[in-house]
Amino acid sequence: MLSSIWAIFLKDLKSELRTRYALNALLMFVVVTISMILFATAGEVISGELLSGLLWVVIFFSAMSGLSRTFVSEEDRGTVIFLQLATRPSAVYFGKLLFNLVLIFGINFFVVIAYFLTMEGFKIKSFDVFLAGLILGSLGLASASTIIAAIIAKANTKGTLYPVLSFPVLLPLLITAINMTQLSIEGAKLVETFGHLRILFSYFAVVVIASYLLFDYIWKE
Amino acid sequence: MIWKFLLGLYMAIITALAFVIPIGFIPGLGERARIIFLHVPSAWLSVIAFFVAMLYAIRYLKSKNIYEDVKSVASAEIGFLFCFVTTVTGSIWAKFNWGSFWNWDPRETSIFVLLLIYGAYFVLRSAIEVEERRATLSAVYSIIAFITVPFFIFIMPRIMPGLHPGSKGDPEGAGPVVTFKMDPNMRVLFFASLLGFILVYLWMFKLRSRVEILKIKIQNKIYQEV
Amino acid sequence: MEFKLICKDIRKSFGRLLVFESINFELTNNSSLAVAGKNGSGKSTLLKIIAGLLSPSSGEVIYQINGKKIDKLDWFKFVGFVAPYLQLYDEFTGYENLEILAKIRGVKDYKRKIEDILKRVNLYARRNDLVRGYSSGMKQRLKYACALLHDPILLILDEPTSNLDPEGVEMVWAIAEEQKKRGILIIATNEPEELKICEEVINLDELKLKAKGQIVK
Repeated sequence: MLSSIWAIFLKDLKSELRTRYALNALLMFVVVTISMILFATAGEVISGELLSGLLWVVIFFSAMSGLSRTFVSEEDRGTVIFLQLATRPSAVYFGKLLFNLVLIFGINFFVVIAYFLTMEGFKIKSFDVFLAGLILGSLGLASASTIIAAIIAKANTKGTLYPVLSFPVLLPLLITAINMTQLSIEGAKLVETFGHLRILFSYFAVVVIASYLLFDYIWKE
Repeated sequence: MIWKFLLGLYMAIITALAFVIPIGFIPGLGERARIIFLHVPSAWLSVIAFFVAMLYAIRYLKSKNIYEDVKSVASAEIGFLFCFVTTVTGSIWAKFNWGSFWNWDPRETSIFVLLLIYGAYFVLRSAIEVEERRATLSAVYSIIAFITVPFFIFIMPRIMPGLHPGSKGDPEGAGPVVTFKMDPNMRVLFFASLLGFILVYLWMFKLRSRVEILKIKIQNKIYQEV
Repeated sequence: MEFKLICKDIRKSFGRLLVFESINFELTNNSSLAVAGKNGSGKSTLLKIIAGLLSPSSGEVIYQINGKKIDKLDWFKFVGFVAPYLQLYDEFTGYENLEILAKIRGVKDYKRKIEDILKRVNLYARRNDLVRGYSSGMKQRLKYACALLHDPILLILDEPTSNLDPEGVEMVWAIAEEQKKRGILIIATNEPEELKICEEVINLDELKLKAKGQIVK
């Protein structure tokens, strides 16, 4: 089972590195969104509070443009049966989740670097709070968007539907994560944010468990 | 038939009483606290209706019986209606109590998200043509969406300070709205109103799901004859 | 080891459209079944149900080993499946496709096995070419390699000889003969020649006629 998950993850990774369907477009997407923010706010002094909100706007929309690919491409190319015949549904789910986790961590790494370089007002006082929020936020983001990608891959209008379905499900996570980033700018101590960290982590755990239980129904008709 | 008239009468009495019953003095709210008789039951009811929708969604996934799906949608639709009522009544009340129609208080955010979730749910349903697939995928979505709702309704208002009674920072303490010190009159009428709302919900739910199931049966019959 | 495949009163409908109903049969080791019927009669649907890719609207498919029922989640270990709508990953080479499959399935010692099987389906020389560059006949051969990689007890072939040259058709016959000796073979086809190699035949058109007759009564 574990080796099967790993094999699916490696397959997706190799396929992505070979075709670069998602990766290049995603990096450009991040560059475009950040320039958009820069143009829109040219000359203004933006508060740290607003900047932390905008950071998660960039992260959310990058995720929405990249994370659905892992399921949508299998569905579009008709390779779903190949996987259905090869292993259990849960192995597919966890393989894809792992791939999306790696992808979102990659994107976020890039987003944060680009953000630090371009946004002058973005000064983090407590890095541990910022990192904890970013990592746990990414975990939750990947978990919810993976199962919703599996749902929309079977629907007719995939592209527009994805953010529409994901946003309300992700909102509790996003609000908490934005708040964490704001706290890190204000210089809060890590201990003070345990309430937030608990929410972020339990969100991830709850969504993954529910997805694991429900994935069979989506995967096989 | 007769119990529908009785229910109508009962709700009329509750509504009238909501305006005239003495409720004692509540600091910061005063007479405006009377909204609790209509606003809070409809908020609870919308969550209950969404919960019932989720239960039927689970039953659909287990049995693959299309009637379970019909019931799930019926309950979600009524929940959406109650959710809308809650938003509007709450918003009007907020204008007089807090000074503006919308303040992004955690509870306002939660109700807004419920509207978004079930709005997305209906959009998803309209985007899938195959009946079984539509039922399965929307069932999964409603379950996934519903399990994230507690993060809003129960956790967020306690973590983030807000204006709403029962939020963090409320002098009466954070908690479900009805535990703040209530006049006995008020408490009795509140629960009576809640009972009335539940009965209205049950009636609407039965009617709605029966109509939809009959529609399917008629279509099946027409199809067989052709 | 005695493997048994039981189909009990299978019915499948898409919405209001009934595809077929009351399909019953039992197959054990060393047996074969052909599914015949016009285009759109539901041959592929039935095969998908047997392989566990689709759920029947009612009825039950059972896999048994020595009388013990196998969990549906584990069916994939016993099934080999070849069909026109089965797609391979065209950004990978033939060898890589098999390697990925072997790893996902957890096949042990897969390197030697993959080489053997590639030689058998006559793709060894082209094993390091991308599947994108394969002809449809070569893709069909690669699908056979994928289906046989884990020595399935139950081999399901949907239109087994489509896109194949005479030499490829020969290969399919050899595979079919061997499968009949080792386990169960199920073929969906309309070619009289292919029907002949199976012991039993289910004709979905006749089944429908029968069902209609019952309603008239």
